[in-house]
Amino acid sequence: MPETHPAHAHQFETPEQQYEVSTLGMWAFLVTEIMFFGGLFAGFIVYVTFYAQGFAEGSRHLDITLGTVNTLVLLGSSLTMAMAVHSAQLGRRSRLLIFLALTLALGLVFLGIKGVEYSHKFHEHLVPGPSFRFDSALAQNVQLFFSFYFAMTGMHALHMIVGAGLLIWLMVGTARGRFSTEYFTPVEVTGLYWHFVDIVWIFLFPTLYLVARHQ
Amino acid sequence: MFQGMRFLPEQASTVASKVDALFFFLVGVTVFFSTLIFACVIVFALRYRRRSEAERPAAIHGSTLLEIIWSVIPLAIALTIFAWGATLYIHLTRPPQSSIEIFVVARQWMWKFQHPGGQRELNELHIPVGRPVKVTMTSEDVIHSFFVPAFRVKMDVLPGKYTTAWFEAVKPGQYHLFCAEYCGTSHSQMGGWVHVMEPAEYERWLAGDKPGESMAAAGERLYQRLGCQACHLKEGSGRAPSLVGIYGKPVQLATGQKVIADDGYVRESILNPQAKLVTGYPPIMPTFKGLVNEEQLTQLLAYIKSLRLEEKAQAQ
Amino acid sequence: MSTEPAAEHPNYLTVSHTVRSWLLTRDHKRIALLYLISISGFFILGGILAGLIRLELLTPQGDLLLSENYNKVFTLHGVIMIFFFLIPSIPAVLGNFLVPIMIGARDLAFPKINLLSWYIYTLGGIFTIVAAVTGGVDTGWTFYTPYSSIYANTNVVLTAVGVFISGFSSILTGLNFIVTIHKMRAPGLTWMRLPLFIWAHYATSIIMLLGTPVVAITILLVGLERALHIGIFDPALGGDPLLFQHLFWFYSHPAVYIMILPGMGVISELITCFSRKRIFGYQFVAASSLAIAAVGFLVWGHHMFVSSQSVYAGMIFSFLSFLVAIPSAVKVFNWTATMYKGSISLRTPMLYAFGFIGLFTIGGLTGLFLSALAVDVHVTDTYFVVAHFHYIMVGGAIMAYMGGLHFWWPKITGRMFSEVWGRIAAIVLFVGFNLTFFPQFILGFLGMPRRYHMYPPEFQVLNVLSTAGASILGLGYLLPAFYLLWSLWFGAKAGNNPWGAAGLEWETPSPPPVENFERTPVVTEEAYAYDKPQPHAVPEASRA
Repeated sequence: MPETHPAHAHQFETPEQQYEVSTLGMWAFLVTEIMFFGGLFAGFIVYVTFYAQGFAEGSRHLDITLGTVNTLVLLGSSLTMAMAVHSAQLGRRSRLLIFLALTLALGLVFLGIKGVEYSHKFHEHLVPGPSFRFDSALAQNVQLFFSFYFAMTGMHALHMIVGAGLLIWLMVGTARGRFSTEYFTPVEVTGLYWHFVDIVWIFLFPTLYLVARHQ
Repeated sequence: MFQGMRFLPEQASTVASKVDALFFFLVGVTVFFSTLIFACVIVFALRYRRRSEAERPAAIHGSTLLEIIWSVIPLAIALTIFAWGATLYIHLTRPPQSSIEIFVVARQWMWKFQHPGGQRELNELHIPVGRPVKVTMTSEDVIHSFFVPAFRVKMDVLPGKYTTAWFEAVKPGQYHLFCAEYCGTSHSQMGGWVHVMEPAEYERWLAGDKPGESMAAAGERLYQRLGCQACHLKEGSGRAPSLVGIYGKPVQLATGQKVIADDGYVRESILNPQAKLVTGYPPIMPTFKGLVNEEQLTQLLAYIKSLRLEEKAQAQ
Repeated sequence: MSTEPAAEHPNYLTVSHTVRSWLLTRDHKRIALLYLISISGFFILGGILAGLIRLELLTPQGDLLLSENYNKVFTLHGVIMIFFFLIPSIPAVLGNFLVPIMIGARDLAFPKINLLSWYIYTLGGIFTIVAAVTGGVDTGWTFYTPYSSIYANTNVVLTAVGVFISGFSSILTGLNFIVTIHKMRAPGLTWMRLPLFIWAHYATSIIMLLGTPVVAITILLVGLERALHIGIFDPALGGDPLLFQHLFWFYSHPAVYIMILPGMGVISELITCFSRKRIFGYQFVAASSLAIAAVGFLVWGHHMFVSSQSVYAGMIFSFLSFLVAIPSAVKVFNWTATMYKGSISLRTPMLYAFGFIGLFTIGGLTGLFLSALAVDVHVTDTYFVVAHFHYIMVGGAIMAYMGGLHFWWPKITGRMFSEVWGRIAAIVLFVGFNLTFFPQFILGFLGMPRRYHMYPPEFQVLNVLSTAGASILGLGYLLPAFYLLWSLWFGAKAGNNPWGAAGLEWETPSPPPVENFERTPVVTEEAYAYDKPQPHAVPEASRA
């Protein structure tokens, strides 16, 4: 076996083993994330069944345009992330840096638009809690809808912020020449994470914005 | 310390001996298999104890036949117990039609009972022997649980909905009532007594206890005070559907669904009228949340149920 | 192969003595010891709380504590014992130490995450202790709503945060084990040659990964409800308290398998070593661990038979609960059959294994009572349930933990403990345990509800018996604390393989070197190949 790569950790026999371990580790972690969000989805499904009308009413107050734009933004960021991983595989440092930066930018655009949506909701008194106001017999159910809306999109946004942090860390690593065709595992593993966060949104968007509003 | 001590609970209801039969069968199964395993372990430990460090044991890998046998037999026993328990359980969940209906409101940390005749009790429940009793229960705050060990009955009592249980006492006496779902500081003091009486004694008790109005009469008084009859005209020509005879029947909702107008439906429609709106009527009923408490709700329920009997009586 | 003590070579304990080298270690063996210390601390705390409960219950009146404080005591006892003792215990101490060695690896897949896991656990523990000393929490470890989300005025959120944080420790440990077992087995170590301890930890890790996130989100929702009154579980605002119960038990039932499966893995190791014989039905025992993990996710509703859950749901959950009993029964039969025509030695670890088999059998069979719908209606929420789960958790899991601790003590510390005191303690524990918890089955059948501060006087005799047993049980736990600690300084030095056991961990020095093996081992045999000639010499006759 040739001399060990600086990134080769002592517990591994070969770099291949280390790579496989890292990717399996990320997949296992993503399974836990599915269960985590799954709990929220389960709760939402229970209540949208009980309170179809109230949830439809609440859903209609979501900005479907901004939601759609955000979906396209995130899909775009997954594309740039995939390009980043590809660049890393090929050892193309500058392209890697560019695609990581683009992914980060798109991610920040997503978070920005989410921030705009949240501020709209705040001004419309639709944030659950003491400031919530909704004139209708269904007010209670609408508040419940928005509780789930904020919990689910909030959790998702938190995961995006972590993702943004990871992207910055990768960009720093790239600039320092840490990655090469022999070793780009962190890029790949971050890619898996980023795609997952995207997929969660692919489920969140129809659930909260599209399906619930039709009753 | 030894006074009143028992090792077996009293069998004071029709189902108690049935539940105990299954319980003791399970005890038998437990004793059998525990003894079997203990005996094997002890016998093997003695018979095959290590006599020399150089011993080489038999090269036994396993036996698929044995694995099948000791999977199938326990499975058969398990499924037998399942079927027995499930059948008995179904019986436990079906109150007889002729049950006396008692309404129970639980709250931290007391039990409030209302008899159909209007008698009210606090932490004590008087019932006759030999007649089925159905309790319809709700909580004013947290989850409680209605538990009478001598009857082998237990049912959680929840806020915001009704739960029911039934029992038929077979022995006069006084039996513990416990709250069996942890509900805060005085959970263990939230007990009481069920007094089972001979029929004659029970009638005397009913008559003797403040001859107030029946639950249905109290409900009718409330119904008028709150103005329900202004819209819910009996003939059905008002702004709201007639309530005569609706209890227990299917109702068509504006959403196209059909639901049964049961206890929970009536309670919900008073507190949250738009939740299950009847088709063909405008959503104009105001909510009575905060204007009626749980006991008053059960009185209104009793009244609406009585309208069913009226209809039947008229038809006869 | 030499059996001389490896005193001359540096091992994982002697390689460095600084506090920094312990607190910033990446070595799975040292992390296991860090966990051992924390877990023992929590066990002592949880045990003191248990002592307070049993003292109070000597008399029917509430004369030792105020109701409010008694409620805090039993809540904390449950929270600490479940989340900070039982769930981590075997995996975090024995699993962390042994999983890499048993598969011939130098460490776990993610050593730094392993250390992080311990720090997260400690942080969660700190939150919980702070919650306890600044007022406590009185919701019961099950946190049922709406009591916990609206009515309780104790440190619910602080405790919930502590539990939430410690859940991540569990998830990271499980993740580490799964990846390690999949990818880092030594050459020749196929799945069907793995020790059953590894299979058990693999199955446990799957449950940790799939179940823990659900309770995490549930706890989060309770916290949000308390903070913002948003009505997720509050019926007055349209919420459903039953939704909490479903979400909570969806994790908490599989959690009990997290607590028992590793113990079952330990027992497979003990029975085979002290019968000096192959496990009977290896594939069946391995498969049963996976079956328990899988079916264990389908039975949560048996905690809710009287909750107003639908009758049909009750029937389905009851049926599935009976199914999940079968793989456990299969294990017990296979362990017993392993002893047949074996070469049985009654050393301390074997006594614990016997205790486990007996008490787990009883505890498991009483689970059938609870799965039977009509019987459960009577005994749920009573001391019958308390007795059932203590038989499994204390009579089962803790016995297995103690057995494992004694079995691998020489490997971990390089010392032998006193065999005489070891046997005495095991027997005292067995007697004390039964006296404490058997009367509780009767109490439950008689109708004494659980979480009761005061009780009717006719229940007193059985409660007194139970408390008497508890004092013996306490003594039984105190003894090992003394003689195990004593052995660290005065115990006979242990060789590689004092028990004459099979397994890669016994082919390396006691204590092991930092990298576990001088050279990566190559495996050519199935596990527990005792009927083949052993590469290691006859074990030492070590006595204190």
